[in-house]
Amino acid sequence: MRGRLAAVAAAALLFGCANQAAERPARGAAIPAAPRYVPPADPYPSTYHAYPGVPTAITGATLFDGEGGRTENGTIVMAEGRILAVGGPDTPIPEGAARIDGRGRWVTPGVIDVHSHLGDYPSPGVEAHSDGNEITSPVRPEVWAEHSVWPQDPGFSRALANGGITTLQVLPGSANLFGGRGVTLRNVPGRTVQAMRFPGAPRGLKLACGENPKRVYGGRNQMPQTRMGNVALMRQTWQRAVEYRERRAREPNTARDLALDTLVEAMAGTVLVHNHCYRADEMAIMLDMAREFGFRIAAFHHAVEAYKIGDLLRTNETCAAMWADWWGFKMEAYDAVNENIPLVHNAGACAIVHSDDANGIQRLNQEAAKALADGRRMGINIADEVAWRWLAINPATALGIADQTGSLRAGKRADVVLWNGNPLSVYTRPQQVWIDGALMYDMNDPNRRPVSDFELGQPGEGDVK
Amino acid sequence: MTRVKTKRHPGLDPGSMNTACSGKNARRRCSWVPTFVGMTLALLATPVRGQTIAITGGRVVIGDGSEPIDNGIVVIRDGRVVAAGAGAAVPAGATIVDARGKWVTAGVVAGFSQIGLLEVDAVDATNDTRAATSPFSAAIDVAPAINPLATSIAVSRAAGVTRAVVSPSTARSIFAGQGAVIDLGGDMQPITRARAFQYIELGEEGAADAGGSRASAHVLLRNALREARDLRLPVGVRGQARAPAAAPPKDLAENPYILSGAQRSDDVLLTRFDAAALVPVLQGRQLLLVHVERASDILQVLALKREFANLRIVLVGATEGWRVAAEIAAAGVPVIANALVDLPASFEQLAATQSNVGRMHAAGINVAIGMINDDEARQVRLSTQYAGNLVGIGRVPGHTGLTWTQAFAAISSAPAEALGMGGEIGSLRPGRRGDVVIWDGDPLELATGVDAVWIDGVRQSLENRQTRLRERYRQPQEGALPHAYDPR
Repeated sequence: MRGRLAAVAAAALLFGCANQAAERPARGAAIPAAPRYVPPADPYPSTYHAYPGVPTAITGATLFDGEGGRTENGTIVMAEGRILAVGGPDTPIPEGAARIDGRGRWVTPGVIDVHSHLGDYPSPGVEAHSDGNEITSPVRPEVWAEHSVWPQDPGFSRALANGGITTLQVLPGSANLFGGRGVTLRNVPGRTVQAMRFPGAPRGLKLACGENPKRVYGGRNQMPQTRMGNVALMRQTWQRAVEYRERRAREPNTARDLALDTLVEAMAGTVLVHNHCYRADEMAIMLDMAREFGFRIAAFHHAVEAYKIGDLLRTNETCAAMWADWWGFKMEAYDAVNENIPLVHNAGACAIVHSDDANGIQRLNQEAAKALADGRRMGINIADEVAWRWLAINPATALGIADQTGSLRAGKRADVVLWNGNPLSVYTRPQQVWIDGALMYDMNDPNRRPVSDFELGQPGEGDVK
Repeated sequence: MTRVKTKRHPGLDPGSMNTACSGKNARRRCSWVPTFVGMTLALLATPVRGQTIAITGGRVVIGDGSEPIDNGIVVIRDGRVVAAGAGAAVPAGATIVDARGKWVTAGVVAGFSQIGLLEVDAVDATNDTRAATSPFSAAIDVAPAINPLATSIAVSRAAGVTRAVVSPSTARSIFAGQGAVIDLGGDMQPITRARAFQYIELGEEGAADAGGSRASAHVLLRNALREARDLRLPVGVRGQARAPAAAPPKDLAENPYILSGAQRSDDVLLTRFDAAALVPVLQGRQLLLVHVERASDILQVLALKREFANLRIVLVGATEGWRVAAEIAAAGVPVIANALVDLPASFEQLAATQSNVGRMHAAGINVAIGMINDDEARQVRLSTQYAGNLVGIGRVPGHTGLTWTQAFAAISSAPAEALGMGGEIGSLRPGRRGDVVIWDGDPLELATGVDAVWIDGVRQSLENRQTRLRERYRQPQEGALPHAYDPR
């Protein structure tokens, strides 16, 4: 730490000198050329590190591997922050590993939420904390959600303890057509958002269709006021990004545009597009727009009418991130069906359960269970372990981190939940949660229950939540 | 969800105040309704006289906190429960419903909701939850605004909800007006009890409604009750003022305090209608539902009983109730609480925990589960899931949950009793209305579905917009013609 501070001070000194020189050029003398500014590849890099863990083996549990596989009487071994082995009762366990009896319990990969506002709409939900929507222009791809995230949001700990959430994407809100960049976090407490950032995870770009942008800006007599206005302004913006990219390629000294940089990265695929969109017809238009400008939509979020276009989602390889049964709060959420998730799955498309909510994120397993049961009642028979894909490998894929997490595979990060029963039952809770092999929650140990700074000295501090 | 910050209850266009014909007296008030339509509706709504239904072989849950009874029988006659349990006999001539392998329970009662008051929240014209620019407050009565054909009623019915407590929201006053208890039947007569309670805000929301402080809200409350007390009946009707205790006025017109001859002082803030509406509250003939969350606010509400002895108070919300559970229990005040609030979503909910309901119950309080600021107009069907979670937390050290039977009672008899209607709804004890649900498994479990619903002894349709859309899009691809031509 000391070394880093010293480096920063030295840089400031240099910068100060350069300024001085620039302010007082000697008359007639050539201004010395400043070194060309090269932006760092990642100006707000992750400082996350895995917390200490001990080699641990859980035996005798039912395993859902997150990719659709299931092992009864299964063993999982974690060491050095990684999954070492997954298999049946004969799986070798290293000497000295802590052993946990998993009989009657279930083990799954940590739950991943692709759509959260923890940190940018934190608790308490006071105006001073309302940091998710930069409602100053419908086109704000230059803002980054991570610059709003308040790491002390007590909601992170609830998502961990009650929901088994180990990874989440925090997105900007949906007031704007281009809401800004999302950030993928490890669900660990941190003093800074950098200390929570998932190392190497691509950032997201939040787009919004439909009612929100046109209501917010239409109400100000400003574009967009209609859905066609939404599409026109989006297209105009993508066109600007295409031209900017070409100009930058031709003329490297072209002035940098932080807004268009985000879009250029989205077209290059290094920033993944997450599109708030409810209606089937609008999703179909967005898929065309993606083809028109050469970007890919990783997932439609909310996607209340995804069941009407499951075939389109399959052929475009675009996921739908959905609720089980939330509906009716506005017109574009009016055509909800309880079977949305299983219908999308049944059409061969990628289905994801998401929350968009500080309470819902505590029960994504229950949302999956409701959707699964509703699907079965209409004849769509999906196995429990296959449905767990909706909470694991599918969201990991949409976030571009499926090589790191999202399933119980040897070599992946040891993001693991031990549930005290079948996690598709209403009576089940996480018993222990590991993130990178570190035990971050233990229902039997009050000292493994995070308490945010905000909660200290307040009524209910350290209570079960 | 929209993350654009909007008030949870969008402003209501004053021109859209719903005066549609609905409620028990729809036919009388709406003379334009053709008689034959009225007759058809009456037939649909009224149980067939003399009809007896016996549901046999199921696991019977009475709903009063008693243990489930295996291989039980539930008998309904003329719309009422006649018997339920192991020893009940099947009357001769009864229509038998075989429920072997199923669960048979009292219908779910939504302990706090706004169901029937809106179709789409963000479409103001359909939203009758609050009246942002109305001249009235306490006098507002939700009964005529209830739409029994609201989609959420059919959707909730299909999930086993048969009755609901329906409250208005406040707008420019701490008084929201008078709420009702309704049924979720598929007929045009939704009202079980109109004007069942007055709803007021005394916490953060109340402070905002009262001009900016809790202190102002308390003064407004006391002033309003004073204005109600000071209403003097016109000469000639004073003898009628004595209504039976614990009965709310059956009709606005039956409240003599709104008669124009009633005398008032010049020093008043409330309209005559609003002041008159508070008379039954003051007399203890109408319940007062008070929404507060913070522990100190709860104690202030309990103290009101010392000042106004006849008030019959029910606490709504009470997220920090567990901190003052002994005081609530000593006051004998029931609570309608959210089940799963565990975030300090506001500064009045700092001590939020999912153990709140369990701890209050353990202290001897009658606690019902409601949905306060929680999708209360559309998602009362989550009541079973919420109750199940309170069973689940009992297995987490440090948590206080509910037993299964307590949890089911928290969404059946407990809300009925909180509303003073335990003798009418909320359980399968003899004499209660015939609200019965057959489930294909444990009703609190996530995978369980509803097989059949009776309300007032009338078998209900479980179809709704959502089930119709589902069937239309079993296969998203269109056939020879677009989906709009699919056979119906």
